[in-house]
Amino acid sequence: MSEKRRVSLAVNGTAYEETIETRLTLADFLRHQLGLTGTHLGCEHGVCGACTVLVDGYSVRSCLMLAVQAGGSDITTVEGIAPSKDELHPLQEAFRDNHGLQCGFCTPGMLTTLVEFLRDNPSPTERDVREAISGNLCRCTGYQGIVDAALDAAQRLKGQDRTAGPDGGESP
Amino acid sequence: MTYIGKNQARLEDEPLLRGEGRFASDISFPDQLHMRVVRAPVAYGRLGDINADHAKEIPGVFAVWTAKDVMEIGPIPFRQVNLPGMERFAQYVLARGYVRYVGDPMAVVFADDPYVAEDAADLVTAEIEVLAPCLDATGPVGEFEPGVPAVAGVVEKKYGDLIDAFARAEHVVKLRLKIGRHAGIPLETRGCVATFDPADSMIRLYGAAKIPHKNRITIAAMIDHPVEKIHLHEGHVGGGFGTRGEVYPEDVLVCLAARRFKRPIKWIEDRRENLIAANHSRQQTHEIRAAVDGRGFILGVDDVFWLDQGGYVRTHGGAVSELTAAMLPGPYVWPAYRSVGHIRLTNKTPCGTYRAPGRYEGSFVRERLMDAIARELGLDPVELRRVNLIPEDSMPFDRKIDALGTEIILDSGKYEDLLDRLLERVGYDRLKAEIEQRRADGEMVGMGLAFFVEKSGLGPHDDAKLNLQADGRVEILTGTASVGQGVETVMAQIGADATGLPIEAFYVTHGQTDRIDHGMGAYASRATTMSGTAVHLAGQIFNSNLRQAAADMLQTEAQGLTISNGRIHRTNDEHGPALTLATLAGDYHKTHGAPLTAEATFHAERMGFPYGIHLVVARIAPDTMEIQLEKLVIAFDVGKAINPMLIGGQFAGAAAQGIGGALFEEFVYDEGGQPLATNFADYLLPTVHEVPKVEILLREDAPSPLNPLGIKGAGEGGITGTGAAIAAAVDDAIGGGGAIDALPISPARLHQLIEKLGR
Repeated sequence: MSEKRRVSLAVNGTAYEETIETRLTLADFLRHQLGLTGTHLGCEHGVCGACTVLVDGYSVRSCLMLAVQAGGSDITTVEGIAPSKDELHPLQEAFRDNHGLQCGFCTPGMLTTLVEFLRDNPSPTERDVREAISGNLCRCTGYQGIVDAALDAAQRLKGQDRTAGPDGGESP
Repeated sequence: MTYIGKNQARLEDEPLLRGEGRFASDISFPDQLHMRVVRAPVAYGRLGDINADHAKEIPGVFAVWTAKDVMEIGPIPFRQVNLPGMERFAQYVLARGYVRYVGDPMAVVFADDPYVAEDAADLVTAEIEVLAPCLDATGPVGEFEPGVPAVAGVVEKKYGDLIDAFARAEHVVKLRLKIGRHAGIPLETRGCVATFDPADSMIRLYGAAKIPHKNRITIAAMIDHPVEKIHLHEGHVGGGFGTRGEVYPEDVLVCLAARRFKRPIKWIEDRRENLIAANHSRQQTHEIRAAVDGRGFILGVDDVFWLDQGGYVRTHGGAVSELTAAMLPGPYVWPAYRSVGHIRLTNKTPCGTYRAPGRYEGSFVRERLMDAIARELGLDPVELRRVNLIPEDSMPFDRKIDALGTEIILDSGKYEDLLDRLLERVGYDRLKAEIEQRRADGEMVGMGLAFFVEKSGLGPHDDAKLNLQADGRVEILTGTASVGQGVETVMAQIGADATGLPIEAFYVTHGQTDRIDHGMGAYASRATTMSGTAVHLAGQIFNSNLRQAAADMLQTEAQGLTISNGRIHRTNDEHGPALTLATLAGDYHKTHGAPLTAEATFHAERMGFPYGIHLVVARIAPDTMEIQLEKLVIAFDVGKAINPMLIGGQFAGAAAQGIGGALFEEFVYDEGGQPLATNFADYLLPTVHEVPKVEILLREDAPSPLNPLGIKGAGEGGITGTGAAIAAAVDDAIGGGGAIDALPISPARLHQLIEKLGR
């Protein structure tokens, strides 16, 4: 029962032109209009971070943004992180290998937050990682596996990146 | 054994990492209606007319129900511990006559869009004659309705001669202790989607969790539907912790509406609802006294407590009180004991279980008592505990009380050995001296520990079936449930070792009532012990069936065959003919007319009892009263560790929750019964900043004699002693002398306490 707008945007590299109710949140648009249900809603008031997506490369709480505000944007959701259906992103591999998830509900927001963070901070300390995910709640893991995964992923990403400096070793 | 004991990466991770999970709100059906609950805005009142006229005028609104529309539906029954007279306090799916807590469902709106359903729900109004709420379970007894006292039941557990114990006591120590109201709060809110197929009257409920098989029977009975015409389906579950997966009003309403409207019905809870409508837990006040002899041996303990149940009794009945009373003695001998628990109804959200129900509370009470006794006698807290621990040669130790219908017989344990190992691990004497020095230098820093006994493997039984599929893969079919703990991986590890097949051969089915007749679900640290053992037994039979089938095909004897790398060949002819599982599956099906399978049931008459110790070093920031946990160590004997990495994950996550209940999480109400913690800005879950790296000392020194692998459960031991150990450490840090007598310890409370102590 609200107005509608025609909006163009890109999600995970696919261009969409959609008619969107003006009051629809970006999260509900992604989940229910585009069927990208990997973005999770844990609180719908911007605290838990499960709904975090990247809008033009920057992390955003998709529960606090209207879908119409994303017009013209390039959005990355958790479904867009892995390079292919056969491969996981090094961060995803590190989550698996370090037991960085249990129920998996906070995981999409943790991954999107950390994709942005590791891009901007390729050599983080544990303290940096803790700061980066301090706005994301996890109720299962006690966070330790997530912190370990992020630090491990930083190493893996350096190993993968040929332009990495001399400290960019092989991924473990 | 090649998989048991290994840090096997989880089978369930990849879809969750890719965002391809199927949580309740991810499930939708064409033509579905969205349900929105209209909840009571007051804590207690007489419910008059409900007006939905304006709501029904909104385009897209399909129907609005109040209690009048569901008069044929009885209250939600108890699945555990039904005390005499308790039924009258059970909750109807929509409030009848009275509303009893803020959040009590009064009406439901069905609309073709969730936003519209929410708009319409806001327009539903109710005439409520507000009555004075009861908000204190320890004060005067309130009323359930006029003339009906708000006492849901009384639980009593006792053994030994208390009168004699107190007559012989050289010291009597008394305490009054409180545990705050908090809850499991899974990150995924509740949600369910029901469909109805008129062609065969089949109702399917998606979003099930924890105990689908039990809930199926309950819901079928409540809505008077043939049980074979209703199935529950568990998808991904975003955390359980005791809260999620019980039968709540909404689960029943979606099934009923799906049948009545012949349309799919979807309900997804929002976070405010979750914080006021899903089960709360924990809130108890204890008055406990101990009779102690001159050397610190405790002759007897007498406890009375009040449990703040909230507005109704839910599915757990009196289970939390029963477990509190039965498990409170923990690892100590205590020759005489009595605990009387008063379950009082108050006008707050109803309570149920939360991870380590009754044990988090009881451990706080017991371990505060032990510290108080140590102080009274001038003993080191560790030495006082040592004097009272049940010795190894007394195992199995009959507590002479029961809980949940089974006798409490501590099956195995080397309590003092675990204590010694923990002390050595942390360098206790040096650590204690360091902390004392730091305190002498002016820091507020302290150490505390808590010893506890957990329980696991609640019976009576679980089934497992292994099915060889045409492609050579093996399905492990169980009646257990996944709440995110890694149950698929654990079942596959056990199945792989029992069959001799590689783990890659397996996939695990759980939480589907149309696939297996019986299932007890996943709660009470039971999945690995019960379903895991059933998989172990079925796997051994499967191995034997597989060998026999291969022997028939290879025209040889079964004992002359070896299974390796998923192939079967003659033991003395490694490079000779070998059968793949796919070949064998095809041949077996052809000759037998059915696939190769094996099934087994594991019965357990009693629970097994793992045990552990939490040790905490806490520092208080003098300016902010922030409590910083410098060290949190969990020593725990799990009997047999199937996957140490996953156990570590269980402990770290549970410890984080324990920290929440000890320091941050509390459902506070104002004097009128309005809840003040209805979002994540007011109800504080621990973030990564508040949770330290948890150190784990995992032991397998006392395997359970109750199952062939020696397993004890690991789901709850990470939380059980956290509150107690943190309280002890904070008390030590402020030189409180027992002043920390309540959880949570908020900065404001701590500040008041320190002022009072003149520190």
